[in-house]
Formats: sequence, C-alpha cells, structure tokens
Amino acid sequence: MAEESTGSESTRRRFVNWVLGTGAGGLALSVLYPAVRYIIPPEAAESTANTVTLAIAPEEITPNSGQIFRFGNRAGILIRTPDGDLRAFEAMCTHLDCIVQYRDDISRIWCACHNGHYDLNGINIQGPPPRPLQRFTVNVQEDRIVIGKES
Amino acid sequence: MRNWRELAGDANRWLEDRLGLSALGRIAKKKEVPVHRHTIWYYLGGMTLFLFAIQVATGVLLLFYYRPSATEAYESVQFLMTDVQFGWLIRSVHSWASNLMILALFFHLFSVFLLRAYRPPRDLTWYTGMALFGIVLAFGFTGYLLPWNQLAFFATRVGTQIVGVVPWIGEGLLRIARGGDDVSGATLTRFYAIHAAVLPALIVILLGVHVYLVQRHGMSVPPDVEREGGSKRSLPFVPSFLLRDLVGWLAALAIVAALAAYFPAELGEKADPFAPAPAGIKPEWYFMFMFQTLKYLPAHILWIEGEVVGIAAFGIAALLLFLAPILGRPRRDGRPNHIITWIGVGIIVYMIVLTILGYTASPTA
Repeated sequence: MAEESTGSESTRRRFVNWVLGTGAGGLALSVLYPAVRYIIPPEAAESTANTVTLAIAPEEITPNSGQIFRFGNRAGILIRTPDGDLRAFEAMCTHLDCIVQYRDDISRIWCACHNGHYDLNGINIQGPPPRPLQRFTVNVQEDRIVIGKES
Repeated sequence: MRNWRELAGDANRWLEDRLGLSALGRIAKKKEVPVHRHTIWYYLGGMTLFLFAIQVATGVLLLFYYRPSATEAYESVQFLMTDVQFGWLIRSVHSWASNLMILALFFHLFSVFLLRAYRPPRDLTWYTGMALFGIVLAFGFTGYLLPWNQLAFFATRVGTQIVGVVPWIGEGLLRIARGGDDVSGATLTRFYAIHAAVLPALIVILLGVHVYLVQRHGMSVPPDVEREGGSKRSLPFVPSFLLRDLVGWLAALAIVAALAAYFPAELGEKADPFAPAPAGIKPEWYFMFMFQTLKYLPAHILWIEGEVVGIAAFGIAALLLFLAPILGRPRRDGRPNHIITWIGVGIIVYMIVLTILGYTASPTA
C-alpha cells in the first residue's frame, strides 16, 4: 500500500518536473529568440544600378595610373594601362576585402594589406589573393566614362 | 564628547555586524606565497590586473567625450586630443596601458604554461585564464576600431573577413560581426557596445572566478622545484608580497606615464571606405604574427584557399594551448609528459620570429 502511493507520487513528481522543465525551456527560448534575431542585422537593399557615370573626364586619367570610384555602395578601381586602355574592376581584394590601388612603379594593381598583386587584367598573379578581381565594362561616351557590370 | 577614534570604532563595528568583512582579513592573513627561484613569475598576474584597472579608469573617462558614430567618432577623438584638458593623456594612457597589459598577459600566460602550473586542480584556473586571454584580445580588436581612422578601418575589414572564411556559418558570422555586409557605422556601434558593455561584463565574471580559484588553490610550485623537495621559504601575501606587487605597479605606472607623455597615441587619417588601403598598413603588434603569416601564404594550398589553411592552423594552435592540462597529463607509468611543452615552445618561437619579420620585412616587396 505504502509502496503504491510512493510509486504514483514519483510518477506525479516526474510529470510536474517535466511540465516545469518544458515551461522553463520554452520561456528561455522565447526570450533568447528575439535577442538573437535582434543581433543579426537586417538585409540592406543591394544597389540595383547596373551602370554608373563617373564625374571625371577620360583625359583626366593619364596612362599608367588608377583611381577609385563608387559603384553603388561598393568601391571600384578605374585604371589606364601604359598602352592607354581604360579598364575597371571591383576594388575589393579577393583575399580579405581591402581596397586595392594602382602602382605605377610596377604597372600592377596592388593590395597593401597582405601584398597581393594583380595584373592589368585583374588576374591574381602574386601573393595571397585566391581569385581575380571582378571586371566591369568601360564605355567612353564623348567626355564621360560609363562603368557597367559585366553581364 | 567622544573623539574621532571612538567614532571610527563604532562605524567599524556597525559595518562588521552587517558585512562580516573580518572573514576576508582572516583569509588574507592565511595566504602565503612560496619562495623559490621562479617566484618572480608570480607577479605577472597581479601586474596584468593592475594594468586592467588603469584600462577601466581611463576607459570610463574616454566615454565622457567619445561619440560612437561614423560621422562623429573621429572628430570626437580629435576634439579630445586637442581641446580637452589632459584628453591626450587619458587616451594615450589607455592606449599604452592596453599594450602593456597584453604584454604582461603574454608573459603571464607563457610563464604559467612553461612552469606547468595548469596541472590539476589548477586546470580550471588555466581554462578561465585562456578565456580571459581571448576576451582581452577581443577588447584590443574592438577598441582599435573606435577612433574610426584609416588603419583601424582596414584592420577591421581584414579581421572580420577572417571570421567569414569559417566554413558554412562564416558568412552569417561575418554579417553579425560587421552589423551588415561591409564595415560601416553599424560596425562601429556594434564594436562600441561590445567594447564598453559586453566584454566588461564578461571579464568581471571570469576574472572573479579566476582570482577566486587562485585564492582557493594557492600558488603552484613548479615540478622541478617540487622534485628538489619543494620551496624552503614562504612569504605572507599581506603585507610582504603585496608590497612587492606595489613596487611593480608603481614602476608600471611610471612607464605608462612616460610612454604616454613622450609617445602620445596617434590618430591618423579619418576612415574612408572609398580610399585604397595605405601602404605599410599593419595591425596592433600582438596580431602581427598572424598578419605576417597571411602575407606569406600562397593563394591556394592543395585545393584550399591559403588563408583558410592559415586560420585553421591558428585555431588548432590555440586549441592545443587551451587543452594543455589534458595534453600535459603524465604518462600511464607516471613519467612526465613534455609533448605539450614542446608544442608550446614551438608556438612561442613561431610568434616571435613572425612578429620580427612583420616589422622588418619590406611591405611592398
């Protein structure tokens, strides 16, 4: 008789513990979930523009030089090769995200952060960058330079 | 009319009835520090703690003028450095004491490691110490961005991008670390919250546990001293060891003050997300060995991108150090096991060599 009541009591105790535990767990989750979602930043709207017109005239950029421009919220680099060709690339180094620059002493695109080198076609040729720079199209329309995403 | 001495006695009794602080006094009286040829290393934990106290005090003062936004942060630091009386001093002390704190911490960590003070029951002390080390590096990394200058901007771009190379979850972690896809004003407010609120809360808890464990288990006597029959002498912590501590702290304060006065913290140029990374860019000295490694790694090692291999190697090295109490357990037959010590020595030598190369190798070659 006594054993029976202990048995039902322990079942009841187990049940109550289960209800309390589940409730406490649910409460913890319902508190944590909004906090975690809060820390993850909302998606920013990607710039939808496919072209950008630069504020510089083609003759302002001399052979064997380069310059950074804005493409939406990203940075691009416009270079004029020693041969006089205008080319544009995304300016973000494919290694660890630094902004690259043009080095006229070696006629290459160069990243100062970890000494990464790209040739005039944006191909990674020396140092740690694992991939080429993304290329943009360059159109010279009279005295304006229009940069576009390569389709 | 009762004199002030009686009044002080009353106040003391009143406090004692309520707080029972004499228990602390009894603990302090019991605490002894063993004296032997390695005793000098016992001072480094206290030294780190003292420099941390300077960080708290100067950090709070900096908050009075600092404004955490991309448009105002740089200007507010500039204002603090040029117009606020002793603003340059507070910021320079904060910057120098942080560097010396990390230096003291490196020495503390590696001396504890080489003297094998992590052996049970002090293994938990070691784990909390390693966690504190991680928190301090996070303090350094987040604090570096706050002046919002060009160097800090690119250091943060690179440092957060490193998080992004973690397989599968990297991209998500990167967005959480940056507060968006790129390093921006959102990153600055995030780092500010972490630097001035999250990390201080974490460090207070962990430091409490760490210091409690040091009190509970006492100072570890190195195995080689123990083999020679243990330390012959000991020093009472209060006042003898504490007074020696104090001498070190005063010397550290003088060094920090001199460094701050002769080499005030620089500010550099304001961060510009649309300017190339400047030539000669470098991180704080304690990240230099990683930075230099990333320069030497080729684009691909086998089929994996070089930086992924490098970062994985750093992670494994840190994990091995963390697991020293387990990896350094004696062998089954009771003979000591020195594998982890040699791994640790290798890590130390690697860090020193790459740091020297970082400061001497040409950045453009």
